[in-house]
Amino acid sequence: MPFSAQPPASGERYALSASLDNARHLSSLLRAVHFQDHATCLATASGLRVTVEDAKCIQANAFIQAEIFQEFSVQEESVMFRISLSVLLDCLTIFGTSSVPGTSTALRMCYRGYGYPLMLFLEEGGVVTVCKINTQEPDELLDFDFCSTKVVNKIILQSEGLREAFAELDMTSEVLQITMSPDKPYFRLSTFGNAGSAHLDYPRDSDLMEAFHCNQTQTNRYKISLLKPSTKALALSCKVSIRTDAQGFLSLQYMIRNEDGQICFVEYYCCPDENITEAEL
Amino acid sequence: LSRIGDELYLEPTESGLSLRAVNSSRSAFASFLFAPLFFQLYELGSTGPDTEVFRCKVHMKSFLGVFRSLPSLEKSVGKCLILLKPRASRLVLQLHCKHGVTKTHNLAFQECERLQAVFDTQRCASRLCAPARVLAEAVVHFPPTLAEVTLGTGPGGKISLRNYVEDEAEQSKTMVTELWLAEDEFQSVAVAPGSHITFCLKEFRGLLSFAEASNLPLTIHFDEPGRPVVFTLDDTVLEVHLVLATLSDLESNSQSPSTNGVSHLPAPSDDFADDLESYMVAMETSEGGSGGPPSPTFPLRTPRPAESDPEEEEEEEEEEGAVPGTPPHKKFRSLFFGSVMTPGRPGPATTQEVLAEDSDGEC
Repeated sequence: MPFSAQPPASGERYALSASLDNARHLSSLLRAVHFQDHATCLATASGLRVTVEDAKCIQANAFIQAEIFQEFSVQEESVMFRISLSVLLDCLTIFGTSSVPGTSTALRMCYRGYGYPLMLFLEEGGVVTVCKINTQEPDELLDFDFCSTKVVNKIILQSEGLREAFAELDMTSEVLQITMSPDKPYFRLSTFGNAGSAHLDYPRDSDLMEAFHCNQTQTNRYKISLLKPSTKALALSCKVSIRTDAQGFLSLQYMIRNEDGQICFVEYYCCPDENITEAEL
Repeated sequence: LSRIGDELYLEPTESGLSLRAVNSSRSAFASFLFAPLFFQLYELGSTGPDTEVFRCKVHMKSFLGVFRSLPSLEKSVGKCLILLKPRASRLVLQLHCKHGVTKTHNLAFQECERLQAVFDTQRCASRLCAPARVLAEAVVHFPPTLAEVTLGTGPGGKISLRNYVEDEAEQSKTMVTELWLAEDEFQSVAVAPGSHITFCLKEFRGLLSFAEASNLPLTIHFDEPGRPVVFTLDDTVLEVHLVLATLSDLESNSQSPSTNGVSHLPAPSDDFADDLESYMVAMETSEGGSGGPPSPTFPLRTPRPAESDPEEEEEEEEEEGAVPGTPPHKKFRSLFFGSVMTPGRPGPATTQEVLAEDSDGEC
């Protein structure tokens, strides 16, 4: 549904200006990384990246490519600002969160530049809402320096196999231990909670396993409270890639197909837990 | 079983795997015996004549946590392997799921004494057998918060169910529901006329749901008020018993003022309250317990308003029976509040010995 009300005044140049026919393409992805109140947005010619961090240990990024938008223009090389993700999501879903087929909220986003608020124009069924959200100085973001050349172990799994596991993780355990190995148990998720330990094993020949490239046996522990929010991204995704590097840093990349069949990505990076004690098996 | 107690007792025997639970006031006991044929594989560890049968208990919540969502379990789990590893102190539950995925849970357990209620269905004067559905449909008429219900036998072989109102004075203010079931609704009726028993409905509902789901007929064995009522389900591979204490009759006591309101432990000076203190389930480590002493009187504790929560009751001494570490071959029986006996009641529970050494376990 093309957006027709309140076009920006001609002659004004916006650092960022974008239009999206279905705001859900953006809001559902942002929800998958919404575990902190604030996020840093980076807009470049290739699209929009929204980053959320916590405890200097975990970082989540939601990528919405420029091609997803009906219109996407960035005046400078890149535009970056910090914004309340909670407020942004509330605005994007101002007409409600239930997805009735056939109706969608149209979005127009404008950002004049440093110091200006982010303007959102949302329209559904002829009703228009205008939102102005204050922006802040962007934070310095963590650089996990995770590149494909440094990857030691990599697995690609169909998300349906992990969804239930993540939803039912024993939260009385402080850590989630991930074992990846060319030998048994191949891929194992373990928790050590009040009731005892629990292990979830995925064999390399499971039909859920799309790719299995493990070169070395690695066992790493991550704080479960930091990884639990990734369950939202997992729920939306159809595939997930799990990679670790030599230092035990974890990269989770989720491939998400939106309502129109377009592909977007969400990724989570996590540092291993430093307090390593003997694993209970 | 989780409706009864917080701990699940496991006892693998030659006749099958027995799962049991008891409530904190020892007024309800349930056991499920799964015959070896129920399983695809049933292997007992090496047990010589001298080796003790291994028993343990685990926290009910931990165990249930393994089988969290039943509908998805049915779709995704092919096999469940249960291993009891005494040396590692672990109960291993391994679920083999679809896509080759294996879920292994290692639960900590505690060794424990044998948990067994003493009861003898042969000695019960009355017996009823009905399809679970009939009883479920009857029970549905009572409010979910109702604590106790009275089952009675009436003229013409009819069976009545009535909610129990503890205080005579309150009768006029509370809604009383009574329903009658004709003899032909039951598969068999062999009852002593004019008998009635009052038991806790909450604990019974759990068994009833199970019986309905498994489509098994339920048999009710009962006797005089005060003696336990035993509900049984029988199948080729499963034997279920639920033993509930019943309210003892108070004909010899005059009506007492309502003491039920607040306190869990009845005031000692009150005769009415004395009769209703609960007795400990007699525990015996010898086999064939039911052939031995007569069943202890099993009076129900003072009924309380709907939100009764047996778990909160402080009967510290009662915990002694299941104290781990009590020497296994010691045969012991403890009945507390030995001075408490309904006057005029015949014989049972004359064994009032309280074995002082067991009070070591008192916390």
